[in-house]
Amino acid sequence: MTFAANFSLVLPEVILGASALVLLVWGAFHGKVTPLYTGAAVLALLAAAAAAVVGPHGHAFNGVYAADAAATYAKVAIYGFSALAIVLGDRWLAARGDQKFEYAVLVVLSALGMGVTASAGDLISLYVGVELQSLALYVLAAFRRDDAKSSEAGLKYFVLGALSSGLLLYGASLIYGFAGSTRFEDIAAAAHGTHGVGLLFGLVFLLCGLAFKVSAAPFHMWTPDVYEGAPTPVVGFFAAAPKLAAMMMFARVLGDAFPDSVAQWRQILVITSLASVFVGAFAGLAQNNLKRLWAYSSIANVGYALLGVATGGETGLHSMLLFMTLYMVDVTGFFACLQALSRDGKPMETIEDMAGLVKHRPGVAVAMTAFSLSALGMPPFSGFWAKFYVFGAAMGSGDVLLQWAAVLGLVGSVVAAFYYLRLIKAMWFDAAEGGVDKPQPIARAVGFVAAAFSFPVVLVALIWLDPAARAAAAAFGHA
Amino acid sequence: MIGLSHYLVVAAILFTIGVFGIFVNRKNIIVILMSIELILLAVNINLVAFSVFLHDVVGQIFAMFVLTVAAAEAAVGLAILVTFFRNRGDIAVDDASVMKG
Repeated sequence: MTFAANFSLVLPEVILGASALVLLVWGAFHGKVTPLYTGAAVLALLAAAAAAVVGPHGHAFNGVYAADAAATYAKVAIYGFSALAIVLGDRWLAARGDQKFEYAVLVVLSALGMGVTASAGDLISLYVGVELQSLALYVLAAFRRDDAKSSEAGLKYFVLGALSSGLLLYGASLIYGFAGSTRFEDIAAAAHGTHGVGLLFGLVFLLCGLAFKVSAAPFHMWTPDVYEGAPTPVVGFFAAAPKLAAMMMFARVLGDAFPDSVAQWRQILVITSLASVFVGAFAGLAQNNLKRLWAYSSIANVGYALLGVATGGETGLHSMLLFMTLYMVDVTGFFACLQALSRDGKPMETIEDMAGLVKHRPGVAVAMTAFSLSALGMPPFSGFWAKFYVFGAAMGSGDVLLQWAAVLGLVGSVVAAFYYLRLIKAMWFDAAEGGVDKPQPIARAVGFVAAAFSFPVVLVALIWLDPAARAAAAAFGHA
Repeated sequence: MIGLSHYLVVAAILFTIGVFGIFVNRKNIIVILMSIELILLAVNINLVAFSVFLHDVVGQIFAMFVLTVAAAEAAVGLAILVTFFRNRGDIAVDDASVMKG
């Protein structure tokens, strides 16, 4: 394959890498964040998404890098949500006089890392991508450097993130040693039929590292603290794009490198998935801070997505991709609403703060109700369809373990219903505590659009999302 | 004769010390950063040992990537540590919890 052909396959990432460097130099010399600067960063992400859609499919650089339907699907979602995060974060930071040009650069760099992991065809590209993504995210968590909570969140995220990278890497080194190659294709060939202890050990370490990244129980302990401390729009970003990127890593490793070892990894994933669902449901009951609450909600939702991965194959991965896409819209909308709200200039972050919201800001209250009902899995909201696909895939797999896991997952979502309904009750029926400031227009608009997507647009959107996710899921296993 | 398993055992011991260094040591963040380095170097021993015994150079290239990323990681970690220190005046972790958990 010529260099030009390889280059055309990695074009989306080249665009992002070059833009990040240009933005960095531009910002360093200019110093101020102008609408033109933010617009350029957003445009770079959208251009990369467009390049991923129209670009050719194939394997670049001897299979190190896969540009296929799955990568395209993930990249469009990741780059799109990253662009949204730049717009939302820019407005939020501007309102606090904390606007810095590094914000856009860091989001673009982390999006680049996520794009590389979504396309990884080799342990080295997987590792480099995951580190590029994580290093940018650590800094984003600590972005408000004069805020004690923000820097503590960054530090906690860094320590546990570095530990998870270490676990992932140790697993990668064992897999390399016992399979004899770092390429997923060769690992799949080496793992075919034989399941040596070394390879299995490596896989377990790798899965632990990935579970950290995706904040699945029992590796979830960093999530609530990081979500509480990090700036609100950054949390909205954390909960959406990096989660999809990490689920893509699961799909890449399990679907491309270990497709024949289903019996080995399925139990691990089912246990992690159920642990996440129950930790998310029960620990969430005691939370009062909405960012912490949504951290536990995200742990539970990752559990459902992992159930889709555990089902494996085309149907399982299809359900996971759809679940993550619908969840990303919901969670982005929720955090957009949360960042839009403030009372006397102070952010509203607890359930008590939301009391009587419907009297002052009926639009935002209705949108947040939609997100809560969606997260709870109430038909006809998008969260219901997301769970419908995941449970449908697990039930249809014919494996008793997965069917029981689906039943228990359903029980978990009933428990979690309590805290979503508690938020709705506070917004609609409790006495108002005082006025609410005028919401930021852009954040509110994003919240409204996401709420409209949650219902009824989702019913129309599924008509083309469903086949797109199916085509993406079919691309795994052909490394 | 020193074989592959000897290297793997050394790497496993270093890795375990590193992980315990993070979980058991609850006092000093600098020590946590050192433990993280220990974990990454244990991985490098693994990679280079496998690379030699497999007669495959990819492991050593991987080790180069790990070294580079470890340097970047230490830089980011220390930068975050500096902002943390500026806000709090110390870097002790045992009572460093504005947030619970």
